[in-house]
Amino acid sequence: MPKDGSGIALDGQGRPLWLVLELTYRCPLKCVWCNNPLDFQRYTSQELSTEEWKDVLRQARTLGSLQLGFSGGEPMLRDDLEELVGYADSLGFYTNLITSGIGLTETRLRALKEAGLKQIQLSLQSADRRLTNELTGARAHDIKLDVAARIKAHGFPMVLNVPVVRQNIDQVERILAMAESIGVDYLEFANIQYYNWALLNRDELLPSRAQIEHAEAVVQAARERLGQSMTIYFVIPDYYEGRPKACMNGWGTIHLTIAPDGAALPCQEVRVIEGLEFPTVREKSLAWIWNDSPLFRKFRGDEWMKEPCRSCSEKEKDFGGCRCQAFLLTGDAANADPACSRSPHHHVITQAIDASHSPERPKRPLIRRLRDAVSTEL
Amino acid sequence: MNQSASIEAARRPELKPMFLLRWEDTQAAYVLLYPEGVVKLNPTAAEILRRCDGQRTVGELTEELRALFSETPERVEQGVQKFLEVSYAKGWIRDRA
Repeated sequence: MPKDGSGIALDGQGRPLWLVLELTYRCPLKCVWCNNPLDFQRYTSQELSTEEWKDVLRQARTLGSLQLGFSGGEPMLRDDLEELVGYADSLGFYTNLITSGIGLTETRLRALKEAGLKQIQLSLQSADRRLTNELTGARAHDIKLDVAARIKAHGFPMVLNVPVVRQNIDQVERILAMAESIGVDYLEFANIQYYNWALLNRDELLPSRAQIEHAEAVVQAARERLGQSMTIYFVIPDYYEGRPKACMNGWGTIHLTIAPDGAALPCQEVRVIEGLEFPTVREKSLAWIWNDSPLFRKFRGDEWMKEPCRSCSEKEKDFGGCRCQAFLLTGDAANADPACSRSPHHHVITQAIDASHSPERPKRPLIRRLRDAVSTEL
Repeated sequence: MNQSASIEAARRPELKPMFLLRWEDTQAAYVLLYPEGVVKLNPTAAEILRRCDGQRTVGELTEELRALFSETPERVEQGVQKFLEVSYAKGWIRDRA
């Protein structure tokens, strides 16, 4: 997933440079911060076919897509992954696989290399077995370490992505040491973003300011020590930043996600916003969706902005932040992202921080990403 | 070689393996692709980077660019030096072992 701060140059404004295919929402893990929809199981029977995905790839290349992420759910659960990677490579995409590592066997790793896969992003949740397994709800730790070593053995450039939460943030130093010994090229500490499953569990997952400051200091020291041998990203948690993230580099500017059922989305979370219609590639051409659909035009540019964004000197830098977060926390997607200290709703963020660290807070069990774990329909 | 040159003429720069340089029709430009990133190159930058193949030396590629551009030899060399410095610093290229 392209993050705030990822290296996409803005020259391509107006073209969907970054294409993410969420091949499936199915996943062997049950992460407590999963960004898939709460009713993910509803989409299993609607997944696009191999030929439908290929058609998406052709159309997207014509529109100028260059970077391609195969994501999910767990993309390894699609047995046509190698075929899709090969096809995408032949069209000229730079192909990235975003995986938990589960199912990435030696045979499939070799087949992916032969198909032209360029890069693998592997997730790792902690430096120790017990915590990884607890956070993912699966015996995943040892498999991930084994997969990490084999990814490097096959000569793939590798991003190690570590979702950062209260439970693992104090392990940053140990995770850095692990990444160094594996030989990863990019290490990404991604403070999780609070949508869907993560938002349900926010009180239990949000780190404290002191934890974040400590982690940042450790990362900075490591950067100085390691120089160019490993690039380390630390994705700032917007709850503590006071400034909103430049979400997706702006709505409908460079990013296009295709969900498992073919819905074309400006970002992976956007189905949390109620009242929008999500066109699918089964009904409409990608060119129409990208250029003309009401969905993609809804928050493109700055015409839609209200105060304080409209007259803000930083509106071209952060685009008013995240529309999904504005909707989830203020009820209106056109409001300023409440992570912004200038938002009249900023108190919902500060109150959330206080509530999640209050000694009197009722301790709740983590809600795992499981089928029907929560009811989304009456 | 000019006294001010900071990158020695005998070095043989090459693109690091995770970088992919190719022509992109939809941008009418060369692009550099790498994990989670794209850079669109201007024509001069592309001509320099295309020659970072681990075969040519900095001296040789500078000569080739002098033939390609109408600028004075000094200005071409300055441009090449500056761009190579940036490319090393960004980690796009390394010296052929």
